[in-house]
Amino acid sequence: MDAEAPILEVRDLSVSFRSQGRDVPIVEKVSFAVGAREILGIVGESGSGKSVTAMTIMGLIDAPGVRVTGSALFRGQELIGMPQKALRRLRGREIAMIFQDPMTAFTPVYTIGWQIDEQIRAHEKLGKAEARSRTVRLLGDMGVPDPERTANRYPHQLSGGLRQRAMIAMALSCNPALLIADEPTTALDVTVQAQILDLIRTLRADYGSSVLLITHDMGVVAKTCDRVMVLYSGRIAERGPCDAIFAHPGHPYTAALLDSIPPLTGPRPERLPSIAGAPPPPLERPAGCAFAPRCHFTHDTCQALPPLLRYGQQDIACVLPKEGRPMPPRVTEYAQ
Amino acid sequence: MNARPLLQAEHLHKEYKLPRGQTLRALDDVSLTVMQGETLGLVGESGCGKSTLGRCLLRLTDLSSGDIVFEGRNISALSERALRPIRRRMQMVFQDSYASLNPRRRIGDLIAEPLRVHPDNEGRKRSAADITARLDELMSLVGLPQSALARYPHEFSGGQRQRINIARALALSPQLVVADEPVSALDVSIQAQIVNLFTDLRERLGLTYVFIAHDLAVVRQISTRVAVMYLGAIVEIGDTDTVLHNPAHPYTAALISAVPEPVIRHDAQRSLLRGDVPSPVSPPSGCRFHTRCPQAQPRCSAETPELRDFGDARQAACHFPLGLSA
Amino acid sequence: MAAALLRRLGQTLFVLFGISVLVFLVFFATPGADPTARIAGKNASPETMAKVRHEYGFDRPLPVQYATMMKKLFITRDLASYVDRGELVVPEIIEAAPVTLSLATGGAVIWVLASVTMGTLAAAFRGTWIDRGLMIAGLIGISIPVFWLGQVANLITQARYHDSWLFSWVPGLGYVPFTESPVGWFKVLIIPWIVLAVLFIGIYGRVLRADLVAVSGEDFMRTARAKGLSPARVLLRHGLRTSMITFVSLFGLDFAQLIGGGALLTEVVFGLQGVGRLTYQALSNLDLPLIMASVMYSAVFVVLANAVVDVIYVFLDPRVRDGR
Repeated sequence: MDAEAPILEVRDLSVSFRSQGRDVPIVEKVSFAVGAREILGIVGESGSGKSVTAMTIMGLIDAPGVRVTGSALFRGQELIGMPQKALRRLRGREIAMIFQDPMTAFTPVYTIGWQIDEQIRAHEKLGKAEARSRTVRLLGDMGVPDPERTANRYPHQLSGGLRQRAMIAMALSCNPALLIADEPTTALDVTVQAQILDLIRTLRADYGSSVLLITHDMGVVAKTCDRVMVLYSGRIAERGPCDAIFAHPGHPYTAALLDSIPPLTGPRPERLPSIAGAPPPPLERPAGCAFAPRCHFTHDTCQALPPLLRYGQQDIACVLPKEGRPMPPRVTEYAQ
Repeated sequence: MNARPLLQAEHLHKEYKLPRGQTLRALDDVSLTVMQGETLGLVGESGCGKSTLGRCLLRLTDLSSGDIVFEGRNISALSERALRPIRRRMQMVFQDSYASLNPRRRIGDLIAEPLRVHPDNEGRKRSAADITARLDELMSLVGLPQSALARYPHEFSGGQRQRINIARALALSPQLVVADEPVSALDVSIQAQIVNLFTDLRERLGLTYVFIAHDLAVVRQISTRVAVMYLGAIVEIGDTDTVLHNPAHPYTAALISAVPEPVIRHDAQRSLLRGDVPSPVSPPSGCRFHTRCPQAQPRCSAETPELRDFGDARQAACHFPLGLSA
Repeated sequence: MAAALLRRLGQTLFVLFGISVLVFLVFFATPGADPTARIAGKNASPETMAKVRHEYGFDRPLPVQYATMMKKLFITRDLASYVDRGELVVPEIIEAAPVTLSLATGGAVIWVLASVTMGTLAAAFRGTWIDRGLMIAGLIGISIPVFWLGQVANLITQARYHDSWLFSWVPGLGYVPFTESPVGWFKVLIIPWIVLAVLFIGIYGRVLRADLVAVSGEDFMRTARAKGLSPARVLLRHGLRTSMITFVSLFGLDFAQLIGGGALLTEVVFGLQGVGRLTYQALSNLDLPLIMASVMYSAVFVVLANAVVDVIYVFLDPRVRDGR
């Protein structure tokens, strides 16, 4: 499928925290790859481990008691266990990150331009003026009106949408090969969200960046990503191309998650199909399928941890396809 | 549905004085009627005034001017004291389920508090046995076990805490519940549970809701009517299906178009709005939406459009409404 | 800007007026404070009492007395003490002010430098023995009473080891004006500065560390790390710079109260004739003119220091600049 080697290849990544004498598994054996110029979505609810996965790849998790195992190869270099010094050279230059709340993600006491210049000059031997001219150009490219003046403004003086554009400009300032976007539009209004998602989609053409997009919103995935990985309670539920998964979700969790989103068109259901209960906390995670307690299709074989199996274009961590009873294709009212 | 108005709001204005002599017009001449048994959805982006409107309707925030008539009685000028018996008829549910629950008190205490403070329908103080019975009843209404009453807020998940908040709001059997973004902080799978709970409670108890949310799909699911707000004013209001399937105001259309739907459509071309919402401190002249409106004409920046009736149970404030002759 | 300055000036005048009225009224409402009896001396005859009362204007209505006192204090500047007859209070304050100013400023320089170093180091090495050691040292600094520390310092440098090579340079107690001899000024003050600073180093170091630790959890610190900046740069340029906002507001209050006479104990221990000592004398003698003068003096400094802090604030925090 991928002609080129993937930019990022994560294999069996596990992250656990030590708390009160016990290892709390946050992420368990997660594997995925991000191809060149690809947008991969990692989707999951709170506590699914999606942000921890991203922070681990960035090497930003260094709290005492954290244990990371597995491998994350970025252009062939192993990121897990890489010394901080070497990691620092990658961070911001090769792998950049944008965050959920652009208000709190900028240091409040410096101008936007100063902060973007700082990143450029941390990685490249450039003079102040050269860095600033690149900053201004980037801000302009990101659709910031009057970029020269905006560069001299403080974060609190900008609207949420402009701040996020500036954040993206900063992330792109050293032409990273991989951009990790952690809920980049969650704090924004819906009309601004649409603009920012549009901007992220254009990045691969204009900057050749691959994007790892972390979100809780299946709608954002559908509008933005090429492929998606669904996490549930720290484990992969399903992964594959968006086209396939949105048309034919293979894991009962993916199907139920999609169903529980109220439709915007078509007839309104009397009640929304909801998933009973809540995801298990890490320490109460079942040994078998983590979704089994909430699943309509639970049966004996779900007691054992289901392996991730290829089914068509999708990899599904569920026993149903193997047992010859795959999930039915998704019925959407959207098909007009 | 018997079309009796439960709450009428007329010409509501709410202004906040800012330092340096500026004024923030949070509500600018908002009028609406909430019918008995209906659910009115309030949608809009941040700064549109939807939360302020919700609080003003319940007199939780004082109005700058305007009238609110609840069950036939003008409550806009009543004192706190005179409001007290009316307060139990109208309740509010907030977004942040954790912040609105005192972390040091048991769930039972939290829900019982309004029951202890307010007398029953005959004006008598409720007995302990009455309160216990009512608490059990409320727990089963919102789908929580009785054992939850003896526990503390932090022991519950976000969805369960929102159920607790709803139970507290329902304790005094209100007529009207104003819910301010009650599901926005919840995960999707939990959100569906709570939306369903709102639907069920409406049917079982004959409640009337004002449901405030920024998520159009959620509002569509629960509302019988929808009001779309922009910068402190209602730009379109009417039956949910009419407004959302056939919007008259370009802003409503843009809002619908911006919602990321969880379907793949390769042909889809969304019409994106330019820019951000302007500051409510200095809103644009004329039609407030004209700075971002794809259909704007010179008239739009000069003349403020009034809410007009379009004959299909819908009103919109636009000089050049979509799909309708002006 | 001009409007802001005018507003600040108006506030200052209002505060001074309020404080002066309060001091004045409290004085006259204090039992046993009758100035006539004090001035006339014990067992004075009623005639003497009446004479004194008239001479000092104590028989006039309070508002008139207040106005007279204010006039003498601010306009003619010939307000005289009730206790030491003929001693003018304004020159006394003017003489004491540089002593206190020197003491507080020098101490402040030391405590700011030391506490910033200490807090930043502790935060950088959070959880290690460096952190724990510094924080314990800070706690000890806070717990040591200033007068005890001062006495011990005197004991060592003035008496016990004065003749050793280490402390033979230490001059005797007292004050040497800067204008007279800068070196002498420095020598005589360096030990009082350190003694005064110890408490504040402890407090500020601990506060700053706590603040830096809290800030390290902020989103923008994560962003700074994600940008690939070095840990030192993240801590200093992003963390410390932001924490300085709290630090400065704390500093403004403490510095102002020291200048206003709060360094009393240090002044007494080191024989420095500063404002703190003057105020103490005035209070123990219930000498209204001197109390009034020193209170006014310290109020001016508190208000002034607050104004300076506000200016620094505007400089440090762009959000304040926009009035948010």
